[in-house]
Amino acid sequence: MTETARDRILARLRSAPREEAPRPPEPAIGTAPELSGRIDQLTTRLEAMRAVVRRTTAALWLEALIALLRERGWSTLLYAPETPLGAAIENAWAQDGDGLPALVAYAEPIESFKERLFTVEAAITSTAGAVADTGALILRPDGREPRLMSLVPPVHVAVLQAQSIFATLEDAMRAGGWAADMPTNMVLVSGPSKTADIELTLAFGVHGPKELIVLIVE
Amino acid sequence: MGPEEFDRNVELALADAQLRRNFAFAMGSFIARRQAVFSDAAQTERLRGQGQALKRRVLSRLPELLEELEANCTRNGIQVHWAETPAVANRLVLDIIERHAATRVVKGKSMVSEEMHLNAFLEKHGVEVVETDLGEFIIQLNGETPSHIIVPAIHKNKQQIARIFHEKVPGAPYTEEVEELNAIARATLRRKFAEAGVGISGVNFAVAETGTLCLVENEGNGRMCTTLPPVHIAVMGLEKVVEKLADLPPLLRLLTGSATGQFITTYVNLISSPRRAGEKDGPTEVHLVILDNGRSRIYADPELRQTLQCVRCGTCLNHCPVYTRIGGHAYGFVPGADRQDPQPPGFRTGPGRRPHHGLEPLRRLRGGLPRQDPHHRAAAAPAQRGGVTGGRERRARPRQPPQPNGAAGLGRVAVSQHPPAGQPPAELAAGPHRQRAAPGGAPGALDPLPKGAPFRPHPAAPPGEGDRNQR
Repeated sequence: MTETARDRILARLRSAPREEAPRPPEPAIGTAPELSGRIDQLTTRLEAMRAVVRRTTAALWLEALIALLRERGWSTLLYAPETPLGAAIENAWAQDGDGLPALVAYAEPIESFKERLFTVEAAITSTAGAVADTGALILRPDGREPRLMSLVPPVHVAVLQAQSIFATLEDAMRAGGWAADMPTNMVLVSGPSKTADIELTLAFGVHGPKELIVLIVE
Repeated sequence: MGPEEFDRNVELALADAQLRRNFAFAMGSFIARRQAVFSDAAQTERLRGQGQALKRRVLSRLPELLEELEANCTRNGIQVHWAETPAVANRLVLDIIERHAATRVVKGKSMVSEEMHLNAFLEKHGVEVVETDLGEFIIQLNGETPSHIIVPAIHKNKQQIARIFHEKVPGAPYTEEVEELNAIARATLRRKFAEAGVGISGVNFAVAETGTLCLVENEGNGRMCTTLPPVHIAVMGLEKVVEKLADLPPLLRLLTGSATGQFITTYVNLISSPRRAGEKDGPTEVHLVILDNGRSRIYADPELRQTLQCVRCGTCLNHCPVYTRIGGHAYGFVPGADRQDPQPPGFRTGPGRRPHHGLEPLRRLRGGLPRQDPHHRAAAAPAQRGGVTGGRERRARPRQPPQPNGAAGLGRVAVSQHPPAGQPPAELAAGPHRQRAAPGGAPGALDPLPKGAPFRPHPAAPPGEGDRNQR
């Protein structure tokens, strides 16, 4: 059998003198702040990164969303029809969709949906949690709620359940058992897309969403 | 490039007032931002210790971890390829592109692809390659290479960028407004993302345990390149592997804190497989190209091995008193990225003089650099005698101050005030160790710090460190 590049590279690495592995570092221990403290910290961090945060409750979140939509007047809203969030939205629109953006369902593969996707004004997604200390949402897209929803439209509205806000990324990974169950893609999102590539001047929405609006549901 | 050419470049760069203003401002800003996020000395030291232990553990098991990475990626459906040289890696990438009959490629910022000269290779074979990171897009339009690994177009000011856009982007009006320049790039590149047949990205960390590729970015172009095109090709140097998913949090904090002074980048991508059944988007094929290019030889040298711990945050550039004055182009390669001969990241023993760097934070404060530098020079000497020794070399080389220990901020290799353009390099050694960044970060800082947050420039910095915050 012919020797491959892989074999030669690994052979060179194996023939090198070995050093003893240092002990794994102690995981950072710290007492996680109470939920209200985590919400506050997350809010502070996200706002510092120019995300808009609105706090609401399980009873009122839909009203808060509708108020936001009426206020902002987007003409279209992309949503995921197969999710609980999507069902709630469809329901609300069926009752009284007057003055609300037209719903656009992400219900087919990107190959046939690409042109439409690039024309919607805003999108709404759920989140899989958040990290308070650095300030980031955890998105775990799947077949029902695809990856590009939170990326292509100029506005991303994210609905976050307050109890899924973790103190640290370490906590989120441990509690969610990430290592045993990594999906196709996960992404941490800490604000709208931004760049400072021209004279270090901060500008938003260079490729991804120009606005990130987070509804924290307590 | 020989030493004479480098000398000429240095003289030209030093005489370029615009370039020097741009670099002085940018590097000063980066230093201030980094200090702001790493203001708690004890915490920072603990984090750095963690990062170093994690990277040393990787090196202690490097071949096994690469095999584990390959096995888990393969299990997840990611196709893994190995390349000993950039030529082979380039060919592997081209083969994948040709197999899909793709003619358009979008690319996220990747330093290993700079090392491979991938764009030039693909273009030679008729593939249109579009750099999508804004900084990379600007310099690609102008036919240049990056001058800094984090902010590739930092040598350009907005007037220069305005002209480049106006001349090179069809239909673009002349505007010096940064918002409008961004909008031009956004509109141009959205089309490219939608039309591309292949997306190419780098990798910041590849997790052996789960077969996951981690990429950090602020713009969203990385997400575009790895999600929209039907094929994603990731390229990485073999030192990018890490053991466990749980290793990511401290490493990410070190990388983003050091690179841009952010607690976290806007996006942290964790990619573990191509599109699975029932999913509506994402590439249907994901490829990982693992490049050696001399790294296995570096690994065999106990003195050089630790350079493979580098996470390429670019901090060494921001603090290098030579680099800060002459910029990245004078070297004839991209410091910290491009390596025409196999060298560890952050180091070069190329012909002639080079930046006195290697200040990357995972290793810098724990020894290493001062010992390694002569080692590199000695290693280069037989081939380039005369280029690495001699009087002018000594003259141009900045004084190496004592390594601080335990300080949260970066070393005392503070960026000094820039002498007037045209000063000879000898001035470099004697510059006052002062720094021009505005207190509290420069205007337009990447992450405006939350008011009242505990992360602020240390109010009681030790003497010699503190004046950097005050001016």
